[in-house]
Formats: sequence, C-alpha cells, structure tokens
Amino acid sequence: MTSAVSFQKVSRHFGSVRAVDAVDLDIVPGEFFAMLGPSGSGKTTCLRLIAGFEQPTSGSISIFGERAEGVPPYRRNVNTVFQDYALFPHLNVLDNVAYGLMVKGVGKAGRHKAAEEALSLVRLPGYGARRPGQLSGGQRQRVALARALVNQPKVLLLDEPLGALDLKLRENMQEELKSLQKALGITFVFVTHDQGEALSMADRVAVFNDGRIMQIGTPEDIYQRPRTRFVADFVGSSNVLPPDFVQRYSGQHCWGSLRPESIRVSRAASGEGVAARLVSTNYLGATTRLALDADGLKLHAVVPAGTALPAEGEAVVLTFNREHLHLMDEPA
Amino acid sequence: MRSDRGQSAPLGLKIAAACGLLFLHLPILLIFVYAFTTEEKSFVWPPPGLTTQWFAVTWNRPDVWEALSLSVRVAAISTAIALVLGTLCAAAVSRTKFFGRETISLLVILPIALPGIITGIALRSAFSLADIPFSFWTIVLGHATFCVVVVYNNAVARFRRTSGSMIEASMDLGADSFQTFRHVVLPNIATALLAGGMLAFALSFDEVIVTTFTAGQQQTVPIWMLEELIRPRQRPVTNVVAMVVVLVTLLPILFAYYLTRDGDQIAGSGK
Repeated sequence: MTSAVSFQKVSRHFGSVRAVDAVDLDIVPGEFFAMLGPSGSGKTTCLRLIAGFEQPTSGSISIFGERAEGVPPYRRNVNTVFQDYALFPHLNVLDNVAYGLMVKGVGKAGRHKAAEEALSLVRLPGYGARRPGQLSGGQRQRVALARALVNQPKVLLLDEPLGALDLKLRENMQEELKSLQKALGITFVFVTHDQGEALSMADRVAVFNDGRIMQIGTPEDIYQRPRTRFVADFVGSSNVLPPDFVQRYSGQHCWGSLRPESIRVSRAASGEGVAARLVSTNYLGATTRLALDADGLKLHAVVPAGTALPAEGEAVVLTFNREHLHLMDEPA
Repeated sequence: MRSDRGQSAPLGLKIAAACGLLFLHLPILLIFVYAFTTEEKSFVWPPPGLTTQWFAVTWNRPDVWEALSLSVRVAAISTAIALVLGTLCAAAVSRTKFFGRETISLLVILPIALPGIITGIALRSAFSLADIPFSFWTIVLGHATFCVVVVYNNAVARFRRTSGSMIEASMDLGADSFQTFRHVVLPNIATALLAGGMLAFALSFDEVIVTTFTAGQQQTVPIWMLEELIRPRQRPVTNVVAMVVVLVTLLPILFAYYLTRDGDQIAGSGK
C-alpha cells in the first residue's frame, strides 16, 4: 500500500542548524498521526516540508506516491490548520472558508454552498456573515478547520492547533477532531508538544528530538515501552533508572524506565524494597505526586489521592512489580 | 496623570496653548484674508476693501492653469512610481531576511532625511553628467525620490502588522503568487497604500527646492508663486492660488491620517 506521506532520509538544514536530520517516516493513509517533541525538535519543520513551505536539503518526500520536492504548496493536495489560524481579516467567515474554492475558479453559488456545509461540519452553521475578529479563539479554530477541509485534502496538517485554547475547550476539541477524522477518513498529521494530547488522540506517535525521530509507535508503545531515556522522560515523565540500578533487579546492565504510578510507597518499617526518603508531596487532585530520593537517585511516584502518606522528610521503602520495570534499547 | 482628567487646565497653560496655535496658524489666515483685498500692489493692513474679483482674474490667467496642470501631472506620476517601487521595497524588507537589509532600509528613508537642497544638487549634477536635458520627467524623477519614502514607510508598517502565515495560508489553499497578492496582500495593505499615496501627492504638489534644481523652464505651482511675488501686479492672485493649494494638500493629508489612525488594530492577529 502506498503511504500517505513518506520521508526517505529527509534533512532540512538552516545554515549549520540541522532542523530535520535524516528522517525516515511512513504515514499510513487514514491514520491520525502525531508528531510530538519539545520546541525546536524539528516537528514543525517536518510539517512544513509536507505542506511545501520548506524544501528538503536532501532526501525525498512523496505524498500518496507522488514526488513532492519542488512542488509548490498551491499544487499539493494537502491543507494546513495554522497555529495562529491565519484567517483573512478582510474577508467574512464564509469567504474565508470558500477561499480555496474561489482561487480554483468555483462559481460563487457553488463555493458558498460548499463553505456552508463545511461550517456545519465544524458546528458553526450560520456564522458565515461574521468577520474573524468577531469570533472567539475556539470559533476561529473551527473556521480554520473548515477552510482547510472544504478543499477535501488527502492529508490535513495541524500545527499545534489547540495551543491557544483554554483547557476545557482543548479537551472538547480533542474529542471533536478525533471523531471528525474518523468520520472523514482523511489522514491527519498533528504537531504538538503536549504528550497528553498526542497520546489521547493519535493512532501513532513519532517522538522528535534534535531533528531526529526517537521512536515511532502506538501511544501505548511509546508510553509503556520507551526506547530511549529521552522518550521515557518526555512522554509522561517516567523514572529513568541507571544501568547499575537496573542490574540489581533484572540482571541486565542497561538503562531502564519505571512509570511513576508503578511505584508503591510504604513506611520504612514495612520490610524489603528500595530505601528512600520522601522529599515532597504534590497534591494534583485525583492523584498525589511524590518526589523521592533513593540514595541520590531522584524518583517520582504517583499515588491515588487519599492514600495515607508518611510525612515529608521521613524514610520510606519503595516496592514495584518487576514486570513494570522496562528495559530500554539505549546502551549503558 | 489619569487623575487630572476632568479637571480644567490652568489658565497659564490655556493662554500658552492659544498663543502657540495663533503663532502657527495666524499667518495662514492672513494669506486667506489678502485673497479678498482690493489693493493689488502691496499688502497693507488692514485691507482697504474686500472683493471677490481676484477669483475671476485667477480663473482667466493661463499661466496659473499651466502651473497647476504641471503640478498635478508631476504629483500624479511621481506618486504612481512611488506606489510601485515603495511597495515592492517594503515587501522585500519586511518579508525576507538578506544581507544588508537594514542598510537598504536606511538608504530608502535617507532622501527624506537629507535636506532637499542636497537631493536637488545631487540630481542636477547627475542629470547634467548623464547629459539628460531638464524636462517634465526630470521633475518627476526628483519628486519620486522622496515620494517613495512616504509610501515605503506606510507600507512597511502595514506589512509588519500583517501576519506572515496569512500568505502561507493562501498558498496552502491553492492560490499562486499572483492570486495571493491580488486576494490577500493587496486588500490588507490597500489603506496604507492609499494613505501613503495621498501624502506623497501632497508632498510633491508643494515641493520647491528639489524642483528648482530639476526643472527647466517649466513652473510648478510653488515655483510660479515665488516668481509672482516679485511682480508688482495682481498680487492677490497669488493668495487665491495659495488658498487652493492649502485645500488641495490639506484634504488628502487629513484623509490619510483618518485611514491610518487605527494603528493598534493588528491585521491578521489570530489569537
């Protein structure tokens, strides 16, 4: 099967900065693909390479089997929802949405009808006559989405589209985007620095760091079985365990990771385990996050709220199920 | 300082403000008054009598019409040249980063910072070096040098306030460069260009110094006025023309100010 988007050894250098460095990537048609990474990790540059705003320094990109190098953005069947939405302030909402059809020469009646349909799709029917300036952030976001979808792109690119929204709105939009993608069957490529967002929405996630992909996999893969220290730390802040520590419990001398929720904390008197000291407790609502110090090794544990806890500064014992200790590929 | 609002300003300040305004505008009002005087050889105060005959006299003087027509044509063509060059230059400076960008930005603004006499002498010696005879077009070129600056300044400010991703969005939605310019860039900079163009027109219309260095035998309105002041007859005709010039230049400047006063409204700020 042809990939929706395929990168072969794609690099994009800006002077001496390797924004994207020899990236290989295959996005399956119809999947919700997230590019996750800290700022400056190359994820947005990858998105711009797909959109055509950037050209690769080396390597080749193909979109549904067609070579994309040198093809300008306006000849690619790919549309983007921009981080700042980039709505046209001089046009009303309907003309904003109909813009793509207008430049393709679709008649006024036809394009306005299609734009109305796209607006209903994003649950903004009847907003056509307003100006972008009269809309809230969440509504602008929907207009930007409708404007991209009206062109029936093969791939929809979303550049941190939820970044500017408040928490409640963001959660709603996450669900909506997900069901929209299911209903339309369009390939979504979603850039975010929020690991929660990537894990909850995507079918597959690529974790970026320093212009390279650290790991590609399903959210569960990435979360449960990180391959490198970076992935373990960045995705959901796992405890990264040094090889000496790991060897004591698994017999293998390599880096390991342990999810904070896998650690049980009990008072020092209660028997065997890792001796540690409780440094601080951090109440998070549903859970409480504990900072621990096991003989110089800093660990975090997450326990359900309401658990009886030792006082801060007290000696504790940590236990965990050995199956939860994940061994990483990263060499010692 | 907000707390001072609503309180009346001290009397001294009011008098100072009134004196300042009078100092600025009284001479202009005097020019208007002398346009109606019955005395034609010298300006005596108070005017011995009032008449409107000078409007008719002015209307029937062919030299006035020649000067006016020349000024309007020069201003129109210099403004047109400035609109094209100024916009292109502003687009280059604000959209891309290249070596020497700041220098170019400064060099573009320089003609308006330099005294007109420098620009005038420079152009005059350049024209004679290149063996270009003085004509309508040499005046236009001279005026275009400072008209470009005005358009550039307006356009560059608007470009900076226009979100760059809008152009990318347009391309992304299938518009090529020309369509993007026509449907997205132009509508967003239109009022800035109109304002810049009007200021440029007004500047060109009453320009004296550069014109004296670049004109041959032709007279633009301000040059014609200078000549007219030396002649002893029909002096109020100059005042009538001056009134017209004030109106012709003031209205576009007011309109330009009106168009660009909403400075804090940022085009394309999506957040």
